[in-house]
Amino acid sequence: MAKLAKRTFDAVVVGAGGAGLRAALQLSEAGLKTAVLSKVFPTRSHTVAAQGGVSASLGNSEPDHWHWHMYDTVKGSDWLGDQDAIEFMCRAAPQAVIELEHFGMPFDRNDDGTIYQRPFGGHMSNFGEKPVRRACAAADRTGHAMLHALYQRNVRANTQFFVEWMALDMIRDAEGKVLGVIAMEMETAEIVIFQAKATLFATGGAGRIYYSSTNAFINTGDGLGMAARAGIPLEDMEFWQFHPTGVAGAGVLITEGVRGEGGILRNASGERFMERYAPVAKDLASRDVVSRAMVTEINEGRGCGAGKDHVLLDITHLDPEVIKHRLPGIREISIKFAGVDPIKAPIPVVPTCHYQMGGIPTNYHGEVVVPDGAGNHVVVPGFYAAGEVACASVHGANRLGTNSLLDLLVFGKSAGDSLIKYVKGEVRSMPEIPQSEIDRTLARVDRLNNQTNGVEVNDARLAMQRTMQAHCGVFRFKDMLKQGVEKILEVEKMVQKTQIKDKSKVFNTARIEALELDNLIEVAKATMISAEARTESRGAHVRDDAPDTPATPNGRDDANWLKHTLWHREGNKLEYKPVNLTPLTVETIELKARSY
Amino acid sequence: MDEAEKNRLRWRSRRGLLELDLVFSRFLQHEFDSLSDAEFEIYQDLLLLPDNDLLDLVDGKTESKDERFVPMLARLRSWNNDKKQQ
Repeated sequence: MAKLAKRTFDAVVVGAGGAGLRAALQLSEAGLKTAVLSKVFPTRSHTVAAQGGVSASLGNSEPDHWHWHMYDTVKGSDWLGDQDAIEFMCRAAPQAVIELEHFGMPFDRNDDGTIYQRPFGGHMSNFGEKPVRRACAAADRTGHAMLHALYQRNVRANTQFFVEWMALDMIRDAEGKVLGVIAMEMETAEIVIFQAKATLFATGGAGRIYYSSTNAFINTGDGLGMAARAGIPLEDMEFWQFHPTGVAGAGVLITEGVRGEGGILRNASGERFMERYAPVAKDLASRDVVSRAMVTEINEGRGCGAGKDHVLLDITHLDPEVIKHRLPGIREISIKFAGVDPIKAPIPVVPTCHYQMGGIPTNYHGEVVVPDGAGNHVVVPGFYAAGEVACASVHGANRLGTNSLLDLLVFGKSAGDSLIKYVKGEVRSMPEIPQSEIDRTLARVDRLNNQTNGVEVNDARLAMQRTMQAHCGVFRFKDMLKQGVEKILEVEKMVQKTQIKDKSKVFNTARIEALELDNLIEVAKATMISAEARTESRGAHVRDDAPDTPATPNGRDDANWLKHTLWHREGNKLEYKPVNLTPLTVETIELKARSY
Repeated sequence: MDEAEKNRLRWRSRRGLLELDLVFSRFLQHEFDSLSDAEFEIYQDLLLLPDNDLLDLVDGKTESKDERFVPMLARLRSWNNDKKQQ
């Protein structure tokens, strides 16, 4: 029977991006002995990539109200967001931002010293009437500034950081209570138990399940994989936000401004295909229309390149001076990541995954909630989640821009508060760790270390990413999804046989990547299976076979599908739970067709 | 620099920004192993910079005031170009 070293804490937080840091700050300041585990140094978490800002109805430039913000968020979610959680978030937003300001966040300012706010897509005043300035930013480094402010504050509050540690699995007892995590120190490959009175996951998203993704390599859905293996269902995993034009094979975004300046999308035969899909707007049609057309071209064999897996964005007809002056960053990106100078040749592009709306099911207190088998949804004792890994659900079927940073601030804090209440009020002693939980993790690591005649990690990951991209991308087809389910279950068999040649202990990146793939594949299965089952179009989940009728506008079928998906790893079982349409204090925002 | 130390730097080349991941992964694949010990030291120090600053340097949007970083940044900038990818 293997024995592992053990460290004990009041709370263990996994992930040190915005959500993890905000939660940990709450815990440490309340006097809890708090450990934060992170694969990378906290200020290098993927939150650093957030540029747009954080939304709050401060009304510094013009009148604004949390209720209008709530309306925009519900509408943006295509009514799949839970209205209690959305009200909670939008009401908490001004305080969350002002708190951050007090933590030293260098927000851009107006002349009168108040926080400067800028307009952003989908932010409207007076229930969708006209655009409003609601986004607060720190130049184009909002995420970076946020991480710095929160990290410094945590250091001051004596949060204990375990940097370059990877959590491998969560620990539960026979009743399902969460007792901490088992984690590996990358420097030594030592596996250690982090025993805690309560555990909070803030591990971010899993955008790397797709071949084309804007996500950094660290976004491997570790919290989702751990939760799934521990019997926690994953909610609404079919909903992923895509951007129409990422550089094929790289994922770096080409701004929509390129099409605004006259860029043209072409297929393998050089045809300007948007003329067929949107005769008037053509290449300037809305995001979803462009994405759908691109995928249709690729699916029907008119894609470009050896794999016929992308289309081309052509600006060669533009005056080189226009490209150099109006689109300087784009020329740089194209040369750098596509190996193409857009003055001379078109840029290969493909719809690219950006953000995960689903995740570990929580309520607006950040408590993880699961079905109890008798029709109720009950809290998992000692388990909390916040940020992109969690599904509260405030983003529903489609996230509103700048609500991701808001989500991690508000729910990082509320999950922290719930955890404090639990630890101080309900936990009497440090529970025993069942040996079976330790063995479960060690068996997985041993399997990897001893695997022979197996599959290379890169091959299995690529098979997964290509399957997801082709079968469950931005625009979805019944038959492709059906095949996709079969294919992803085949890929799972590859992942179960991954092997590593290098068995060294110190910072063995090959081993880490294999363990990350164990997490990614859980997310990939959840996504494919949930998407195949949902036979409507809603928000970011768009199906070719969902008819646009008066009863089902844009393919959205409220009579049958106004409900959250829950995917269980065991048997790939799906069940559903109702959307909460009852806000905390205001009237329900009634269903209507989503149009802008 | 021993293999363990090199592996540490390989892992620390994982960043919060995709653009840096892409540049560093090419650099690691093609050039990293041929660095001298002195160059490893410089690379290690460079990795301590915040992601946004590092990206601006690698993109050539800013220039480093630290003389030691200049040749290393020039090499990274050359890996900034996908044409060298096989």
